[in-house]
Amino acid sequence: MAETVTSKNLALAKAINESLRRALETDPKVLIMGEDVGKLGGVFRVTDGLQKDFGESRVIDTPLAESGIVGTAIGLALRGYRPVVEIQFDGFVFPAYDQIVTQLAKMHARSLGKVKLPVVVRIPYGGGIGAVEHHSESPEALFAHVSGLKIVSPSNASDAYWMMQQAIQSDDPVIFFEPKRRYWDKGEVNPEAIPGPLHKARVVREGTDLTLVAYGPMVKLCQEVAAAAAEEGKNLEVLDLRSVSPMDFDAIQASVEKTRRLVVVHEAPVFFGSGAEIAARITERCFYHLEAPVLRVGGYHAPYPPARLEEEYLPGLDRVLDAVDRALAY
Amino acid sequence: MTVESTAARKPRRSAGSKAGTTSTERTTRTTARKSAEPELVQLLTPEGKRVKNAKNAEYAKYVAGVTPEELRGLYRDMVLTRRFDAEATALQRQGELGLWASLLGQEAAQIGSGRALRDDDYVFPTYREHGVAWCRGVDPTNLLGMFRGVNNGGWDPNGNNFHLYTIVIGSQTLHATGYAMGVAKDGADSAVIAYFGDGASSQGDVAESFTFSAVYNAPVVFFCQNNQWAISEPTEKQTRVPLYQRAQGYGFPGVRVDGNDVLACLAVTRWALDRARDGEGPTLVEAYTYRMGAHTTSDDPTKYRADEEREAWEAKDPILRLRRHLEASNHTDEGFFAELEVESEALGRRVREAVRAMPDPDRFAIFENVYADGHALVDEERAQFAAYQASFVTESDSGFAAGSGGN
Repeated sequence: MAETVTSKNLALAKAINESLRRALETDPKVLIMGEDVGKLGGVFRVTDGLQKDFGESRVIDTPLAESGIVGTAIGLALRGYRPVVEIQFDGFVFPAYDQIVTQLAKMHARSLGKVKLPVVVRIPYGGGIGAVEHHSESPEALFAHVSGLKIVSPSNASDAYWMMQQAIQSDDPVIFFEPKRRYWDKGEVNPEAIPGPLHKARVVREGTDLTLVAYGPMVKLCQEVAAAAAEEGKNLEVLDLRSVSPMDFDAIQASVEKTRRLVVVHEAPVFFGSGAEIAARITERCFYHLEAPVLRVGGYHAPYPPARLEEEYLPGLDRVLDAVDRALAY
Repeated sequence: MTVESTAARKPRRSAGSKAGTTSTERTTRTTARKSAEPELVQLLTPEGKRVKNAKNAEYAKYVAGVTPEELRGLYRDMVLTRRFDAEATALQRQGELGLWASLLGQEAAQIGSGRALRDDDYVFPTYREHGVAWCRGVDPTNLLGMFRGVNNGGWDPNGNNFHLYTIVIGSQTLHATGYAMGVAKDGADSAVIAYFGDGASSQGDVAESFTFSAVYNAPVVFFCQNNQWAISEPTEKQTRVPLYQRAQGYGFPGVRVDGNDVLACLAVTRWALDRARDGEGPTLVEAYTYRMGAHTTSDDPTKYRADEEREAWEAKDPILRLRRHLEASNHTDEGFFAELEVESEALGRRVREAVRAMPDPDRFAIFENVYADGHALVDEERAQFAAYQASFVTESDSGFAAGSGGN
């Protein structure tokens, strides 16, 4: 990596690639593991070129066994390594769910703090790319419900770069949800910048009339919604949570106390989703500030549909604008 | 590697193990199991006689230099482990422990394999490896915290290179494999051993650990204690082939050892650990043994297995056979056994007193070590919990008569 260049325009996937490269360079204990991460560079090429430069013992092509990938990463972490494992697609994480939930999440507590498991589990997630089933899901709530895990999701290239650095440096297991439909979106990345805290939300757009809260792939949509609403004279604030667990409720509260209305947008099913948690907590915290109930826009309580129907299933501009109108009508 | 003949397995197939089998049917099956028992690597017969044959020659050299003192040490380990285990079972019956998983009958498998390890080797146990823990120098009272309910672990895994007990069946075999991959990366000549049971052999994680360890040539020994029963399910419900033969399909050796023969377990484990240290990759050791007690104190083995089966295995008791050998070889005098009896009782007393003195954890322990780097929600909930606790005004705190404050 050229140290002299202070800022680059990178696709989100490439930003993660450069971040992983930096981590491999900086810390000999960092390992990359997963199916096809070596020669192929991952099915999304996120690990492209890393095995060539760091060798097969640092960038490890694994057998096709997700529980094995996470379970052996736990063992490597116990030995002092910092594995970054790739789950190829969201729907394939479930064979590893047991290892993540019963082992990875709990071992620090079970050992009364004697054991640390600095494992990053990278999961390309979400829809909008016309994939077949099990390739478009958003299971973040299933992980956020488990104590011992941290859940983050960047929405842009700069965050992807820096949040990956921070996730790898964290002594806690981090589930790193990568918004696969934004992999090719470019953004400025400054490898010299000093990043803010990993779990702090960011106001993407200032506004006064209503707050839109999102993370990962839905942040860009919410920016588009805010732009469209602005044409109708509505001034929306957009908050990028960046981290699902822990969640920056202070930032949401501060925004809602200003705008008095809140719409939460995520791709995952609304039922028992992260929006439900946000609605409940913000209602507790901001009851007297709210002019309208907290509304949620997300997926339905149905299996992720075939690709030709995903535009109906996924929150789109009109569905979010409709929720905005409903909230403003109170 | 001896392949068990198809003929030898036939009676087992025809024997019923359905729910509601009569005692006659169970007896038939017990007989079938016994007749199907394969040839094992054995160095000591149940009568305590040393065995020398072609099958054990490769392993026997690993204990060729074993001294009488070492034999007495193995005996002592087994006796004290059994005594500890009996005390824990009694403590559960007295309500001092919520649950206990007894190792009764598996002392030779655990002490033999445990004493084969070097200090720098790393152990990944299930929840029944009390004998291995003993060999690692983990104070036995530390094993009881999780069964009493004061913690979910109770020892520093790195203190004795003995990982925490793992409740989810088979998970730890992957941790062992990953750890062994790390050992290889470090260029160390340590080895790793993963313990699991016959039931765990059905788990995907165990299969995946075989795959990973073979692919990466990881220095790990898979030590399967086939104690014949996974709670109420016999080994036949887990596999159609002898378990040690599974290894062949993954490309590494598997060997079945008499799990009630401490000397054979010691020898075979040393052999397997040597292979690991020499860069020859994983080995599967199947210690063919028997769980003489219940699966745990919640279990009732009388509902699913015949008394005759246990009686047959009692005749192969691992402690008894080494005692017979020690006596026949004039390796001990009466003083040895008497002193050990005293030591044994002292251990029982110490365990009993330690458990009863074990304090309940601080209530704020709920929130401790959930995260290494902290978590805002945990902090918030800890503060709420503290406020809630503080809302109870006790008589001594308030200085008022009972009932005047709080509720």
